[in-house]
Amino acid sequence: MAGMPWPLPWPFDREYMQLALLAGVVVGATAPLIGTYVVQRGMSLLGDGLGHVAVAGVGASLLLGTSPTWTALVVAVVAALLIEWLRTRGTTSGDLALALVFYGGIAAGVVLASRSATNTSLEPYLFGSILTATADDVWTVVALGALIVVSIAVAGRALLAVVLDEDSARVAGIPARALNALLAVLTAVTVVAAMRIVGVLLVAALMVLPVATSRMLARSFRSTLLGAMAVGVTSAVLGLAAARQWALAAGGAIVLVSVLVFAVASLVTGALRSRGRPVTRADAGSLLSGPH
Amino acid sequence: MLSSEAGPALVARNVSFAYGADPVLVDVGLTVARGEFAALTGPNGSGKSTLLRILLGLLVPQRGEVRVFGEAPDARHDRWRVGYVSQRPRIAPDLPATVAEVVTAGRLAKQGWWRWPRRADREAVDHALEAVALTDVRGRRLADLSGGQQQRVLIAKALAADPELLVLDEPIAGVDVESQTRFRDSLVHLVKSHGAAVLLVSHELGAVADDLDHVVVLKRSVLFDGTPADLAATGVSLGVHRDDLPLWLEELR
Repeated sequence: MAGMPWPLPWPFDREYMQLALLAGVVVGATAPLIGTYVVQRGMSLLGDGLGHVAVAGVGASLLLGTSPTWTALVVAVVAALLIEWLRTRGTTSGDLALALVFYGGIAAGVVLASRSATNTSLEPYLFGSILTATADDVWTVVALGALIVVSIAVAGRALLAVVLDEDSARVAGIPARALNALLAVLTAVTVVAAMRIVGVLLVAALMVLPVATSRMLARSFRSTLLGAMAVGVTSAVLGLAAARQWALAAGGAIVLVSVLVFAVASLVTGALRSRGRPVTRADAGSLLSGPH
Repeated sequence: MLSSEAGPALVARNVSFAYGADPVLVDVGLTVARGEFAALTGPNGSGKSTLLRILLGLLVPQRGEVRVFGEAPDARHDRWRVGYVSQRPRIAPDLPATVAEVVTAGRLAKQGWWRWPRRADREAVDHALEAVALTDVRGRRLADLSGGQQQRVLIAKALAADPELLVLDEPIAGVDVESQTRFRDSLVHLVKSHGAAVLLVSHELGAVADDLDHVVVLKRSVLFDGTPADLAATGVSLGVHRDDLPLWLEELR
């Protein structure tokens, strides 16, 4: 990428770490951005399920020699729309069909990859491989992240109205079904954007844990969104630093930091509430800056 | 066509609906005039909720016709003309949204769901909060308010789009007396000052009994349709509690 390495301090002084930082910050911000709406819709595991399905896309790309990212994106988006259609049917058979889509996806990915003539493994996509990402990979992540941010800037207010009360939103002329489908598609985009960062098996953690942390502390939907993004970015930066320092798997380190932030926030808010003191904005600010 | 632009706010004629083989509504007719304060009441299972969903365009009747300001309810052009206050339990209790954020969401019908709010939109939100006397709590989380206050927030959300017909589903259930009084004041203000029509769907009409222009009693079909005075002439009071409702409904037969 032009001008790299930028003059950043350790641990981001090398080009590969700067590429990882850029991709990590984008995914750390956008996964909780989408996750806030997904969690509030009661669909916390949607990201996990679409991650399973994306594996089928990666497996197909290994067999066909196409781009893993774009093939996984097509498969995940189609699956997201299928899942949303099944969800709106609201039947038990629809619920079973979801499981069929999820587990069928990961099984198909493993089988397709096993038929591939290349030596490429699924593992970098399952658990992430951010430190080996190329500039092209990172630009793809940035482009997908920009798509997510622009979509939420346009449709975020209407999505909140749908989250609040879908029937009222429909009466008001808000295209609730189309917006639900958009949210499912954006979840698929997020999963694929995060595929090289934390891996499809861990992406749901970045969509859910920062949101759960922020919801404990925030007083508004807007501050929940911004707080979740702050936790996600903090987790990405600290996780990458830990990965460099102790030669850890970066994807797992990022998710473990977000688990740690959630645990610390839970303990502090629990302690404050047991003493009868309400959680203040100052408390929230110090917690959202991450563990010290 | 049932209605022109100058006609009633809401007309339903010969509406029938069944879930499978079980008829829920049979030949139901209902008219709400512009500027009228109307109530739809009836016992549990009387079909009120189903009729409400049909009137709002959320369900399609198997027979009959509905017109809202002269248009089919699911094909209306000016969606802001109908405000809908759903039952409070439908709102997620753990939603981290402030009162102002919830009410602002109600303005989208008028401002356009894709647009950023302009000054007029922010002023409409302020006015809606004033109308339900909740300006002081606009920055608090919805979940931190009492049940009565939450109900008023939902009314403000519907008012934010300046509706010409406000439809409320069981808005008084479980609400404290002070909130009932403020609720009643808000609806009367809407009808008297803004000339809007109100259709209140409820078991409990005591709080607004003196203000209603029109009462419809439903039990699968319409048992009574007239003024509160006509209803009172049958020996029925609107101040009854839901538990008494089935008893006096039998008197109407």
